[in-house]
Amino acid sequence: MQDGATGIGASVKRVEDKRFLTGKGRYTDDINRPGQVHAYILRSPHAHATIKGMNKAAAEAAPGVIAVFNGEDMEVGSLPCGWQVNNKDGSPMHEPGHPPLARGKVRHVGDQVAVIIAETLEQAKDASDLLAVEYQTHEASIHMDKALGGGPLVHDEIGTNLCYDWEIGDEAEVDKVFAGAAHVTEIDIVNNRLIPNAMEPRAAVGEYDRSDDRYTLYTTSQNPHVIRLLMGAFVLSIPEHKLRVVAPDVGGGFGSKIYHYAEEAIVTWAAPKVGRPIKWTAERSESFISDAHGRDHISHAKMAMDKDGKFLGLKVATKANMGAYLSTFAPCVPTYLYATLLAGVYTTPVIYCNVKAVFTHTVPVDAYRGAGRPEATYLLERLVAKCARETGISQTDIRRKNFIPADAFPYQTPVALQYDSGDYITTLDAAEKAHDVAGFPARKAASEAKGKRRGIGYSTYLEACGIAPSAVVGSLGARAGLYESAEVRVHPTGSVTVFTGSHSHGQGHETTFAQLVSEKLGVPYDAIEISHGDTDKVQFGMGTYGSRSLAVGGVAIDKALDKVIAKAKKIAAHMMEASDEDLEFKDGKFTVAGTDRELSFGEVALSAYVPHNFPHEELEPGLDEKAFYDPLNFTYPGGCHIAEVEVDPETGVVTMERMTAVDDVGRVVNPMIVAGQIHGGLAQGIGQALLEGCVYDDSGQLLTGSYMDYTMPRADNLPSFGVGTESTMCTHNSLGVKGCGEVGAIGSPPAVINALVDALWDVGVRDMPMPATPQTVWNVINSAGTAAAAE
Amino acid sequence: MYDFAYHKPSSVSDAVAALQGAEDGTVIAGGMTLIPTMKQRLAQPSDLIDLSGIGDLKGISVSGGTVTIGAMTTHAAVANSPDVQKAIPALAHLAGHIGDAQVRNRGTIGGSIANNDPTACYPSACLALGATIKTDSREIPAEEFFDGMFSTALEEGEMVVAVSFPVPEKAAYIKFPNPASRYALVGVFVAKTADGVRVAVTGAGEGGVYRASELEGPLSSNFSADAIKDVKLSADGLNSDIHASSAYRAHLVGVMARRAVEAANA
Ligand SMILES: Cc1cc2nc3c(=O)[nH]c(=O)nc-3n(C[C@H](O)[C@H](O)[C@H](O)COP(=O)(O)OP(=O)(O)OC[C@H]3O[C@@H](n4cnc5c(N)ncnc54)[C@H](O)[C@@H]3O)c2cc1C
Repeated sequence: MQDGATGIGASVKRVEDKRFLTGKGRYTDDINRPGQVHAYILRSPHAHATIKGMNKAAAEAAPGVIAVFNGEDMEVGSLPCGWQVNNKDGSPMHEPGHPPLARGKVRHVGDQVAVIIAETLEQAKDASDLLAVEYQTHEASIHMDKALGGGPLVHDEIGTNLCYDWEIGDEAEVDKVFAGAAHVTEIDIVNNRLIPNAMEPRAAVGEYDRSDDRYTLYTTSQNPHVIRLLMGAFVLSIPEHKLRVVAPDVGGGFGSKIYHYAEEAIVTWAAPKVGRPIKWTAERSESFISDAHGRDHISHAKMAMDKDGKFLGLKVATKANMGAYLSTFAPCVPTYLYATLLAGVYTTPVIYCNVKAVFTHTVPVDAYRGAGRPEATYLLERLVAKCARETGISQTDIRRKNFIPADAFPYQTPVALQYDSGDYITTLDAAEKAHDVAGFPARKAASEAKGKRRGIGYSTYLEACGIAPSAVVGSLGARAGLYESAEVRVHPTGSVTVFTGSHSHGQGHETTFAQLVSEKLGVPYDAIEISHGDTDKVQFGMGTYGSRSLAVGGVAIDKALDKVIAKAKKIAAHMMEASDEDLEFKDGKFTVAGTDRELSFGEVALSAYVPHNFPHEELEPGLDEKAFYDPLNFTYPGGCHIAEVEVDPETGVVTMERMTAVDDVGRVVNPMIVAGQIHGGLAQGIGQALLEGCVYDDSGQLLTGSYMDYTMPRADNLPSFGVGTESTMCTHNSLGVKGCGEVGAIGSPPAVINALVDALWDVGVRDMPMPATPQTVWNVINSAGTAAAAE
Repeated sequence: MYDFAYHKPSSVSDAVAALQGAEDGTVIAGGMTLIPTMKQRLAQPSDLIDLSGIGDLKGISVSGGTVTIGAMTTHAAVANSPDVQKAIPALAHLAGHIGDAQVRNRGTIGGSIANNDPTACYPSACLALGATIKTDSREIPAEEFFDGMFSTALEEGEMVVAVSFPVPEKAAYIKFPNPASRYALVGVFVAKTADGVRVAVTGAGEGGVYRASELEGPLSSNFSADAIKDVKLSADGLNSDIHASSAYRAHLVGVMARRAVEAANA
């Protein structure tokens, strides 16, 4: 790529960073509407209680208070769930109601009990002290085993805490394979619950304009059109044309800002009642108990192998925590985004997985960076590492032996997905080289000389993103399509605005998407603007999650660009009195084959809007095209992550010495942005492996409710990453792109834990839970020592 | 945060008068602990007496084998002071590892010891070095100052003016940080002085900072890590939480003590 290049493959600096780095980002909390008042949400201090009564009088009479509403006042629809999963027997999952303000019962610490609206936030908080709620508390079901083992019901009306009992694969067939296997390796896996912690806490501003009976909601969302649909159609009964949803700059989401949350509905519903715009902004401690959490699986898995370590069959049983209510995407995460990934990069011919989803008295759990795929990858890559240990085959040989070969694509797995492309040996080789695996024994010896232990761990993973073909997800219970839309509007002087349904909450779309346009139209980069996040501007959109922005949203832009070029060719042909077949468009110029006639893109654009001599029955004025793109398949990034850790056996402290990731993300549009996405994902993956763990006590109080106790990864917890890409192209989209937003968080946790087990293998350690905090590692070392002494 | 009246006196006597005149007044130093507590509505002082306008409370002086640090001296000022680095490098090191840069630029030694957070670093230095806490009305030996978590010998309306530390022969502080907050999960300050060896432990004890006499004895006769390598420390009376059981803390006290002795001897 030459200097100053702005097309595909150039590391263009992120245009949005100018405003982010100079404090000029426009976030929801920066929006202040004339006459705005403030909402404070009173939340349940109990995990499980009946609301016996509420006396609002004193709070209503407090200085500055405009209104106090509770669940009895707010009679609206239930916060909807967007995905229906069916039980083994075909019956639908249990789907209890989720009122924006609790009615009758509260079901987790942080459940919304009432909203106090006042002139200032401090007045609303002062009044909340006067709001007398009488609770009758009950024992809670916090842990899944208790919830399923006769613990208190989260929703009395459904009579069980089992949301669904789902399966994929043929259990009898898989059992048969196990019966004849030469060796079976089994593992128990806990995927620790995480709290997302986007840098910007959630916020919402609701406004109602009486003059045209129109509502506006400003919100911290990854998908404003989805919020418009869910809130408008299901909760508040406001038709789309009367509801505008704006998600301006959003400071990170990691999934937690996909869902439709109560506070959005509360401020929108209350705005006409109080006749003023209403703002609500979460405080950090409020985010901990109201943003959907992630992960939280307990699984048992076993792999059947032949005598040479070839995988014959995989059987998995998983319990997945749903929390107290079904969040927007929750049911699909441990099923269609999880069990369908259990083939990984391997040729395992038969797979069976049973998933039980469980209600507990905890914050709802939903998709979090990777959503289901990190859980599948962690289980599989821990299991594969254990298979290698038990069979005595090396960590890389067992993988190579079982990889889907590069010439086997398209490859149909036994768990529904059909992979289009990949080359797992190449990414493994490249990662080993980049990591300097050859130098590991010397580094290990150096660590041992200092009294430390060193280990290396692999993860050769695959994920399915670019979510998702509507027909496929529709058949699996999605209540929405997962296409994306784009509009490319060429202005008279040749500058371009792109309206995209993908929402950037830190990913750098304003840069990457402009590169697509610059590449294809030859328009100077600074003449392109990307517009997103406003339902009044953008035609439609399904938003950003599941690493879908470039693979679905970007391809929609590409399709709209094709339409623009086709139309512009017609105009150019007319202007140059040629036939459009004879026209060529290259580097921003239209030329007529075999002549020296040419027109610039700008000249054609101007003519489109000054159509003085257009044959109007054949050629419409204007140059503005829309496209909707529904992907033909998921995309399948994959690769190899190698972690190297050093352990201080005396204290249990683990330091990340090296982390190498070589990923196949398909075509790379902006290498710098891809590297940045992978860095962030690795930080979150290492965070999950070593630092982050959500802990509730048995009564349902969140013990990790602030940064005093919840360990976020910090720069000094992380090594300098070695990242690289070795790509095969996606074969079913026009850009060849796969996705890079989640791979770091998906691939890395098992590499880290495998490295830790490797480091401590010689002292008898065989397993290591996440997060591997110093105390946990120390305890594991001690019990390994005790076990060894007992033998 | 609830409403409060704000005062900014320019002398210690005015501050004490304001404090004693207030219904439920509190002094504010760096505000690093107090302001978050107020924002969470866990504290509701009627009056805040801001000590930042009192020049006399800031500064470091070394004379006659004693380092005296004004109550309003920030952690950053202690960490970066060439005088402290020379006289008691362990103290400068301790101050330089409190919190993050923002906290070190605001938080003060007076605020830290008056607050007596059981996981704070400074109390261990005070105890191990045998510091004297000077208040507006008296001098209190460190031994008598810290009395249980978040509790001190300060009377209502009394404030810390300065802390003086006798210069030891050797000293070191090693902190094992809480992975999340990075306060001391266990912090051990060892000091070798003319009167013997003192070992103070913060972060571990249910009652806040304490002296580990089981370690002091062996170290007084042989100031080396080897002298304490076989000492078994009891977990009784130690904190247990999600980050560390009392047994793990007891173990860490031993490890950090050995590492501190090694650092002091280095
Ligand atoms: C993110 C973070 C990390 C931290 N990490 C550490 C750490 O690793 N180690 C550590 O030791 N500490 C740590 N701290 C605490 C820090 O050292 C605080 O600065 C200290 O606890 C309080 O000092 P302050 O000057 O901010 O006091 P303030 O918050 O202003 O006051 C604290 C209390 O002391 C009282 N007070 C203040 N000055 C006086 C005085 N002169 N006389 C009488 N009473 C007084 C106040 O009334 C108040 O009750 C951390 C704090 C934060 C926010």
